[in-house]
Amino acid sequence: MFHLNNSVDVKPREGVDHQTIETVKNVGSHYRHGWETEIEMEYAPKGLNEEIVRLISSKNDEPEWLTEWRCAAYHRWTELKEPNWAMVNYPRINYQDQYYYAQPKSFEQKPKSLDEVDPKLLETYEKLGIPLREQMVLAGVEGAGESPADGRKVAVDAVFDSVSVGTTFQEELRRAGVVFCSMSEAVKTHPELVRRYLGSVVPMTDNYFAGLNSAVFSDGSFVYVPPGVHCPMELSTYFRINAKDTGQFERTLIIVDQGAKVSYLEGCTAPQRDTSQLHAAVVELVALEDAEIKYSTVQNWFPGDENGKGGIYNFVTKRADCRGDRSKVMWTQVETGSAVTWKYPSCILRGAGSHGEFYSIAITNNHQQADTGTKMIHLGQNSRSRIVSKGISAGVAQNTYRGLVSVHPKAKNCRNYTQCDSLLIGDKCGAHTVPYIELRNHASRVEHEATTSKVDDDQLFYCRQRGLGEEEAVALVVNGFCREVLQALPMEFAMEAQQLVAISLEGSVG
Amino acid sequence: MLSIQNLHANLVEEDKAILKGVNLEIHSGEVHAIMGPNGSGKSTLSYILAGRDGYEVKAGKVLLEGQELLEMEPEERAALGFFLAFQYPVEIPGVGNMTFLRTALNAQRKMRGEDAISAADFLRLAREKAKHLGIGDELLKRPVNYGFSGGEKKRNEILQMAVLEPRMCILDETDSGLDVDAMRQVAAGVNNLRGKERAILLITHYQRLLDHIEPDHVHIMADGQIVESGGPELALKIEEKGYGFMSGEAN
Repeated sequence: MFHLNNSVDVKPREGVDHQTIETVKNVGSHYRHGWETEIEMEYAPKGLNEEIVRLISSKNDEPEWLTEWRCAAYHRWTELKEPNWAMVNYPRINYQDQYYYAQPKSFEQKPKSLDEVDPKLLETYEKLGIPLREQMVLAGVEGAGESPADGRKVAVDAVFDSVSVGTTFQEELRRAGVVFCSMSEAVKTHPELVRRYLGSVVPMTDNYFAGLNSAVFSDGSFVYVPPGVHCPMELSTYFRINAKDTGQFERTLIIVDQGAKVSYLEGCTAPQRDTSQLHAAVVELVALEDAEIKYSTVQNWFPGDENGKGGIYNFVTKRADCRGDRSKVMWTQVETGSAVTWKYPSCILRGAGSHGEFYSIAITNNHQQADTGTKMIHLGQNSRSRIVSKGISAGVAQNTYRGLVSVHPKAKNCRNYTQCDSLLIGDKCGAHTVPYIELRNHASRVEHEATTSKVDDDQLFYCRQRGLGEEEAVALVVNGFCREVLQALPMEFAMEAQQLVAISLEGSVG
Repeated sequence: MLSIQNLHANLVEEDKAILKGVNLEIHSGEVHAIMGPNGSGKSTLSYILAGRDGYEVKAGKVLLEGQELLEMEPEERAALGFFLAFQYPVEIPGVGNMTFLRTALNAQRKMRGEDAISAADFLRLAREKAKHLGIGDELLKRPVNYGFSGGEKKRNEILQMAVLEPRMCILDETDSGLDVDAMRQVAAGVNNLRGKERAILLITHYQRLLDHIEPDHVHIMADGQIVESGGPELALKIEEKGYGFMSGEAN
């Protein structure tokens, strides 16, 4: 799905375009990533207890401190209660009826080179649309990691069920001093960094799902950008849940040192199943002085069928700590998949003059539910935040923006601007905006604007009179509505996101 | 080109006849004008021809180049060369004017089995057409009709018409809300599009548009029917005596 598209002659930042519509038409009306790959898996036994936690840790060959950290998290988790305050409804999850660890059997001994990767696995990534060159790297083709002069590059870390299968462009990143590898690898190669920062942004006790993740996370991506380095390419992780009845609990940790910069992309897909699957990830970002992190997500987990059967429960904790002065974090998310989405990518604006941005498109169709938004915690003076949220509901879906803007007493001269727009398609869906604002000093300013509108018949008729089909017209209007957020995405994702917008709304009119 | 035969139509919501047997023949190369008082059914006629929801055709048929227009989807009619310049052009926030127009043009071309036009060729085409209408680059870049003045919206309709090159154009009260200068520009744009291969139907209240675009035929519509047809002089008569005189005569 997330392929590089260097050859397009269109400007993807300006609404929808012909190629997009072509692609959408060719995609058909069904979830595109609904295939499953037959790969022999090795599972840990179903259910969760301390033994399983220790087993996961030993499978990853982890040092003792991490094993104990996981166990502590597990015990704290057993004392926590599952939250039920969000505007989402789902049947209770039986946490003892899940697999907490699954890995492709051929990985029991980690391959020494990518040649040893199961070809089925590479096929999977081919289906995901991972760019050809990255595939060659994943396949271990000699010289594929070198840098031909064409276009932009994206380094890819691919996580299949619980295991990272390979990271591309290692050599070039190493030359720049950037560390980009799987979490399990980082534990071995950069233990001091992992130990120092893991759980420092999202503590194991933070919330129910973060606690669960801390106990059982099996892999994920790790990034460290040293002082003053601007990462020479986009970093990207593809997550895929493949095995049945398996939860995916990846853990991402990104540390950007003083004056350094990185742009990170995350893409997610899962096979179509009639039972629901749990996804409880944790993402921690640390931005030191003058550091800049751009984190973009295009989430396209299986949303369940038209009747609400199956789909991913996406309960994710994402948080950035703008620890250094003048540090900057920008979250951009396009949430089109999942049966239930519960996530609030947040910024702790600790540094003076630090800057947090949140751009979000959340699309819910059929029986999907989303309760998503952000938290901007202003602790540092002169910190700034900006929130632009676009929620689109169709079918009988429910879409809630829930956001907190908190300005602490000592955080003088802070500014926040929030804009929440909701778009309704049809008359059976719902849109809700729940802003929480805590302003604790008089020298700061918080603004909140919200609108709700419908895709109106006049707009559709106007488009159709000019020659657009009905679904093209809806896609065009919705892409226009989302434009501000689409513009915040890196080029490679902007095209994909536009297509996703169109695909996820198919069948929502007429 | 366009043949409207005994067209009867209702609003779907209320069982009230709006068109009560409209007959009209328009040939290639001709410019027709329909005049009539408010509520006579002029705009309804244009909406039904374009395929807008909310109307029910009770009787009659419409042929465009010999094809049954009323059985087609709105976009199919557009691809066949039917164009309606809206009385109230619709705003589409966030969608660039050029993106919209290129998407529309390519959608039509695809339905007609033609190749898509490239971004560069399209831009050249649109800029050239815009120049004639006094439309600057800035307007091309803005979202479709969003925040446009009344005059800009109407000129934008004519620009779309010029780019899409339809064969049958209906201009629904394109003169409303225009000052004299804007009307001259719009009229010049329309006159520029007159040609042997194209027919134009102007819907208007007033004679003044017809001072700038001289029609070949003028029709008076009242109470859902065309009650009188004639040459350009008929419009002058209306301007002088008002519609009251006409409907009196019709009765």
